[in-house]
Amino acid sequence: MSIIPAPVSRFFHRMASPPIFYAFADKLIPWLSLIFIGLTGAGLYLGLFVAPADYQQGDSYRIIYIHVPAAWMSLFIYVLMAICGGIALIWRMKLAEVMMVSSAPIGAGFTFIALVTGSLWGKPMWGTWWVWDARLTSELILLFLYLGAISLYGAIEDRRTASRAVAILVIVGVVNIPIIHYSVQWWNTLHQGPTVAKAGKPSIHISMLIPLLLMATAFKLHYAIAVLQAAKVEILKREQNTQWVKKLIEGNS
Amino acid sequence: MNWQEFFAMGGYGFYVWVSYGLCAVVLILLIAYPVRQRKRLLRQLALKQKRIQS
Amino acid sequence: MKPIRKQRLGLILLMLAGVALAVTFALKAFNENLMYFFSTTEVVEGKAPENTLIRLGGMVVKGSVKRPGDGMTVHFKLTDFNKEVSVEYTGILPDLFREGQGIVAKGRLDKRGVFVAEEVLAKHDENYMPPEVADSLKKQKTTPTRMEK
Repeated sequence: MSIIPAPVSRFFHRMASPPIFYAFADKLIPWLSLIFIGLTGAGLYLGLFVAPADYQQGDSYRIIYIHVPAAWMSLFIYVLMAICGGIALIWRMKLAEVMMVSSAPIGAGFTFIALVTGSLWGKPMWGTWWVWDARLTSELILLFLYLGAISLYGAIEDRRTASRAVAILVIVGVVNIPIIHYSVQWWNTLHQGPTVAKAGKPSIHISMLIPLLLMATAFKLHYAIAVLQAAKVEILKREQNTQWVKKLIEGNS
Repeated sequence: MNWQEFFAMGGYGFYVWVSYGLCAVVLILLIAYPVRQRKRLLRQLALKQKRIQS
Repeated sequence: MKPIRKQRLGLILLMLAGVALAVTFALKAFNENLMYFFSTTEVVEGKAPENTLIRLGGMVVKGSVKRPGDGMTVHFKLTDFNKEVSVEYTGILPDLFREGQGIVAKGRLDKRGVFVAEEVLAKHDENYMPPEVADSLKKQKTTPTRMEK
């Protein structure tokens, strides 16, 4: 393991211990929340008040400030889950299992937001709530993958066995991720091509790009907060009979 | 710019505000639900511990 | 059956239903995207079947939009910059429908070679900018509006 620098590997070894991770999450959450609120405030202010209306779509385009960050998160979280799943399968690391299963509902939430806001944007602009084009369909399949991971985890009693099953499902489902991203280029879709995530300059005016990037970063922080909160619950459930949890409860009451 | 104009969103108020409202609800739930779950779990575990001790 | 087994069975059925749905959607999208999509040139050259539900993509020809009668019926021409097709449509048009806009119409070709649309969807490009910037770009004759591939 010489490719990983010593301080990084030391950090991961420490984090692999549930009580240390639990305390670390507790310390981190207030700071993350502070940055999240600041970024969201700035993003909403610039996106809703300062950024001009679009030359074609008028004010309806402002849905972009939640639709696109949510859609990015839906892909980002899935890839993270697959990486955690791989680590869980290969190294049997408990924390990777915890992070993977804790991420699933959050990923489902962001996918749901992306689908519904896209629908609310499509109705006035395209003229339809929904169309079976490759982009929209592959994103809907992503939602089903998330829901599948959640229900599979719920279906198997032993948390460690369940995690391994979920890891396999998530890793198999990764093929859908490039399909979602390239769908607008591979097929004739109603959905337009990429604006920001492409080679060359983004085709969005700078005054509109800045709030978009602010919101995208804010959503990343939201995920960090939500996944730490969910991971704390998952750790408590798994470790409820251990000494450190008993001490934690005694300290609480 | 006045507020009425702002909420109208050039006639797209319904679509824009439903989107933002729904997004806010989901984002809040994603954090509030695990927080509530943890509090309930800690309460249950404390009760269990007390029962064992007495 | 024990309740916990019933719950497990329910979850498995739910998962099966989810997979089945996903596959159905994928096939549906595949069909709608590849099988029935035609350009205006293909329609003029007679490659599209008559009286079958197809999708027709193209750009609304400038100056071709006419509303005879009550105003709910619209006549316009679509082009792929090679051949033009006349389209008839009755109903509400999307806000982005305008001359020079790329659109996708769903409908049937009739015997006259006119495309009778049941649904008209507007396609927008990936460019976002304030109106003033769009105007100045237009003046420089480097309008970034790009036709679909």
